[in-house]
Amino acid sequence: MDSNIVGVWIAAFLTLGIMSFLYKDNPWYKFSEAIFVGLSAGYWFASLFWQSLHAKFWTNWSPAVQSLFQGQFDYNLLYTGAGILGLMMLLRLVPPIGWISRWPLSVVVGGTAGLYLINYLVSNAIRQIGSTIQPAVTFPESIGWVQSGGVIIGNVLVFAVLLVSLGFILFGRSSTIDLPTPTKLFFFLIALVACGLGTFYSLSMPLNLTGLIIFMGVFCGLIYFFFSKEHTGFFGGAATVGTWFLMVTFGASFGYTVMSRMSLLIGRIDFLLVEWLKVVK
Amino acid sequence: MPDDVKNKAGLLERLQFIDRRYIFIFIALAVIIPLLLGLRFEEEPSPIVLALYDKIDEMPPGSRLLMSFDYGPTTAPEIQPMVDVILRHACLKDLKVYLMAVWATGQSLTVQTVEQVLMPEFPDYEYGIDYVNLGYKAGNQGLIRVIVDDMKRMYSTDANGTDIEEIPIMKQVSSLKDMDLIVSFGGGFPGIKEWILFAGDPGGIPVGGACTAVSAPQLYPYYPNQMVGLLGGIKGAAEYESHVLNTYPEAFAKTPTPGMNMMVAQMVAHIVIMLFIVFGNVMYFMYRGKERKLTLEK
Repeated sequence: MDSNIVGVWIAAFLTLGIMSFLYKDNPWYKFSEAIFVGLSAGYWFASLFWQSLHAKFWTNWSPAVQSLFQGQFDYNLLYTGAGILGLMMLLRLVPPIGWISRWPLSVVVGGTAGLYLINYLVSNAIRQIGSTIQPAVTFPESIGWVQSGGVIIGNVLVFAVLLVSLGFILFGRSSTIDLPTPTKLFFFLIALVACGLGTFYSLSMPLNLTGLIIFMGVFCGLIYFFFSKEHTGFFGGAATVGTWFLMVTFGASFGYTVMSRMSLLIGRIDFLLVEWLKVVK
Repeated sequence: MPDDVKNKAGLLERLQFIDRRYIFIFIALAVIIPLLLGLRFEEEPSPIVLALYDKIDEMPPGSRLLMSFDYGPTTAPEIQPMVDVILRHACLKDLKVYLMAVWATGQSLTVQTVEQVLMPEFPDYEYGIDYVNLGYKAGNQGLIRVIVDDMKRMYSTDANGTDIEEIPIMKQVSSLKDMDLIVSFGGGFPGIKEWILFAGDPGGIPVGGACTAVSAPQLYPYYPNQMVGLLGGIKGAAEYESHVLNTYPEAFAKTPTPGMNMMVAQMVAHIVIMLFIVFGNVMYFMYRGKERKLTLEK
């Protein structure tokens, strides 16, 4: 018998076993689940043994030790440190000295944090902020210098309005931080000019609605998570808008999750119909 | 069901407390029937899918495309259609294809893809000249961090154990920066996000992705500034397949379109789910109204 046919029958048997849980918990399901878990663990163990322990550690460390016995120093001897840390990690299995495993763990945590720090800061903070602050209007394909100037000034002013609004929200009405009257007047005048010019400008150029929605979502979402000020008045309103954005986000994520799980079901049923029963080509 | 309601139970109450296994039967039928009928509908590509398509389509012949298999058999039904269609598209455009995996489970799927798609459908594609399988290497994001500057430090051989110096296609590559496009298939860890963080952004290398639907919402913020394009779940696969089919009807007329076929089943199942949500809510409010009426009567 073709080994592929045996494989397909085993796969079909286990697939149906897993699906049988939908009726109720049963030994067939337990058996299939145990095989799945055991197989996954075994595959990962074997893979990590050969790809990490053997390929990365043993093949580098072993020749280095041999060189040392011949009176030569090989930099790969530094892998000894990694080996010792690995052994220390396994001491978790010996409860009286299990605390030693925290040392290699701290190296792993520290190393990972260091590795991620700059990349996260650049990719997930700075560049994401850059993507969030988009031009408030859509740039036309061909644009004159007067329009270019208008676009730049307009964008700066729209951004200034948002910053000033934030300043008012956070500090302007706060009872603990009382700004001097000239400063408040300065903020107010800037806001007034910015609003006037911003309105004039936005009337002449098509708005970048997507960019504005993204900015509004981020801005209101951040306000929702700002707990140092009571969510009342304008601040409370913005926080409520923030919750709407969060709800839409969660809804979209849930919808995608349903689609993902359904795809896996379709994949298994497709396997049963095409490869096992062969009723569909 | 409360006893007083149970005593007067009509169709409304029975439907309110329907056994969930009936729902499973409906979902199963919603999936099985479209698959049996073999239906497929055309899909309009969304901008994020079209962006990745355009990027690959505009690459001149001989450009280098790295495909990273960052998934396992558990998500293969969702990811594999995307892998297949992008590989077909790349081969049609005569690109140099570099296959690798940062997931241990990706290695066997790489071999399977080569055997089932590349070798039978593109017999002119020669191993070592037009494509290479670099296999899996442990190290997760650390691996990407190293090969962005020096490929040969981690890859001294290909998946078959052949010395990398003896493979002609590898002579043009010293680091990931020599790649014209990286496409990661996955969505878990390490995956598309790590490729963006450790290769795309620091190396200035265009990165695209094809992921499970469940991880797509977390990756959309990277588009378009940090990611060329993204295929999210079966919907993304169906859109790409449909667009490729429309653009190159002769080349792809006989190739399978699992994404488009699965999308029909997906759509029917979604309609069934939505109907059940509406039905469940209607039943709930009707039942609640009736229950209030019963309480008032007492």
